[in-house]
Amino acid sequence: MRHIISILVENEAGALSRISNMFSARAYNIESLTVAPTEDASMSRMTVVTQGSDDVIEKITKQLNKLVEVVKVVDLSEAEHIERELMLIKVRAGAKEREDMKRMADIFRGRVIDVSDNTYTIELTGEGAKLDAFIKALDQGTIIETVRTGASGIGRGNRILRT
Amino acid sequence: MDRIKTEELTGAEIVVRCLQAEGVEYVFGYPGGAVLWIYDELFKQDKVRHVLVRHEQGAAHAADGYSRSSNKVGVCLVTSGPGVTNAVTGIATAYMDSIPMVILTGQVPTHAIGEDAFQECDTVGITRPCVKHNFLVRDVKDLAATIKKAFHIATTGRPGPVLVDIPKDVTVNKCEFVYPETVSMRSYAPVKKGHSGQIKKAAQLILEAKRPMIYTGGGVVLSNASRQLTELVRTLGFPVTNTLMGLGAYPATDKQFLGMPGMHGTYQTNMAMQHCDVLIAIGARFDDRVIGNPEHFAQNPRKIIHVDIDPSSISKRVKVDIPIVGNVADVLDELLKMLKGSKTQDISAWWKQIEEWRAKDCLKYDRKAKIIKPQFVLEKLYEVTGGEAIVTSDVGQHQMWAAQFYKFDQPRRWINSGGLGTMGFGLPAAMGAMLANPGATVACVTGESSIQMCLQELSTCKQYRLPIKIVNLNNKYMGMVRQWQQFFHGNRYSESYMDALPDFVKLAEGYGHHGLQIDKPADVEPALREAFKRKNDLIFLDFLTDQAENVYPMVPGGKGITEMILSEDL
Repeated sequence: MRHIISILVENEAGALSRISNMFSARAYNIESLTVAPTEDASMSRMTVVTQGSDDVIEKITKQLNKLVEVVKVVDLSEAEHIERELMLIKVRAGAKEREDMKRMADIFRGRVIDVSDNTYTIELTGEGAKLDAFIKALDQGTIIETVRTGASGIGRGNRILRT
Repeated sequence: MDRIKTEELTGAEIVVRCLQAEGVEYVFGYPGGAVLWIYDELFKQDKVRHVLVRHEQGAAHAADGYSRSSNKVGVCLVTSGPGVTNAVTGIATAYMDSIPMVILTGQVPTHAIGEDAFQECDTVGITRPCVKHNFLVRDVKDLAATIKKAFHIATTGRPGPVLVDIPKDVTVNKCEFVYPETVSMRSYAPVKKGHSGQIKKAAQLILEAKRPMIYTGGGVVLSNASRQLTELVRTLGFPVTNTLMGLGAYPATDKQFLGMPGMHGTYQTNMAMQHCDVLIAIGARFDDRVIGNPEHFAQNPRKIIHVDIDPSSISKRVKVDIPIVGNVADVLDELLKMLKGSKTQDISAWWKQIEEWRAKDCLKYDRKAKIIKPQFVLEKLYEVTGGEAIVTSDVGQHQMWAAQFYKFDQPRRWINSGGLGTMGFGLPAAMGAMLANPGATVACVTGESSIQMCLQELSTCKQYRLPIKIVNLNNKYMGMVRQWQQFFHGNRYSESYMDALPDFVKLAEGYGHHGLQIDKPADVEPALREAFKRKNDLIFLDFLTDQAENVYPMVPGGKGITEMILSEDL
């Protein structure tokens, strides 16, 4: 099953590789991983999307907790949560595609953030499935370049992860 | 603001002052370019003594053996690049067996890092998977606090090796020196006490058990909980086993002790592990060499209590019913309090069953053989040393025989590489054990293949006058490899024969020691007696043993622990 795990970790050199190393050394899978400092610059928040049975997820959270730089770990998928992913997608937008492409971006609540003679760059935020749907909705020949951040997640309401 | 002015010291001075503040007696190391300033400071003082090994692997193993035999932190110091890579085997060995060590490594100057400088390697990257934690110190101002953290992390929670990588310029730069008294890390707060509710549940289950079994591992030794374990076992009257890492935690000569479990465990222990109704696992991790195939192990239903300081060890290979996360000694103290005055079930039928299993005498071997049986040497070693020696071992058949035949009655006397299985461990580990226990009797049980992997340390033994007794079980084969080839590879002894062996007696003499070759069973005991009488000399005893002897019982890899091959089956 797909799980989304949030990790608070000391913002120190090597912390990211310590975590990704643990996943590869123990043959756990990583679908995506995002990381950036929090409001407290000494701490980073990481979101890892992984696949595994409940047993495997339990092992992953235990192994993460064991790492000296990891402050807190939570499996967001255990309860209500929100997740979002950002995609920047560059598409062919010559004279004949422009209209359609703009309309399509609007339908998905995307924004055109860069324009050239024959391209649009569209910014789109949402759950992974929505981004997948957008890609699928486009004529595959028009896609030039795709960049996705991977999911970031947060618990709903009073469910918080901080020190 | 008034402020007491503290002295400004160089990084190298700070390193040495930190070691002094930690009460470090010995540093095992080897100098080189990146650590020259640190060596310069070591030279100027005499509190911290340096032991010059002959290869960095030896430094790590010696620090490891020092720690295992004393419950102190093992410290080693090596230079950048090859100094570190040579030490990696030793670091990984300590990591697998959770040994508290601090490894200080030199690094190229900060400005040269990443430029493929001479003797540069990504030490923190290379060692990351085999340390509990590691640090690269980029600023001399962080040096003292980092070393303090290293000692703290190495010794608390589940212990382990911690590495501090120090660039050469950091050892030259100066700052005020203050050694912190305490460490506070928001990301690191290992538990100590177990959850009382869980311990209570465990106590209830223990009192309901009709076929109980106590299974303990290295965690009991590491947390110095032998006293509590012994009290628990005696109070309950339950059978007990210690794993390879836990031998000595409970007296092996006691009748409640059933012998080691696992791949080369005794018949009665493996049967009891499989058929018990309540298994009390303490500081043990259900390793593949101990419980064999987990599916087979799960075929017999039993309730499992698991005490371990590391939550990630719990329910890793085997699902447990009552997990207790905490320091073994603390948990056992509380458990003993709760059990006080309680009555256990009548388990005489269970003991009767166990005695039937024990009567199989699974460790028997041919005592009338004309050639030296390796088991015989170990029995005699036990007799001659009165069971009082610290025994280190390398890896292979000799290791298993030592574990089976030398009855350890006390912890920290049996020193071997259990997790990583590192050949070459025994001799340097014996050096560390000897230095940690001056005047103790130290024997290194080894084989002709293992001993050659860190043989150079014979020179260190000479320099520091370490009168280790080397018991070399020489069967001219990598015995355990040969045994597997015999059992599972159709007697095709691919590359396991040790051709062109050196003359070990001459070799020992070449290093300034004494050597003796023994090829008759009748000479075994006199040779051992003579060797152990010579308190001040390192004696290399080269026993020419039966080449075809195998370790029994044996559970083939991937099989269940009751699927044993016994000597009588063949």
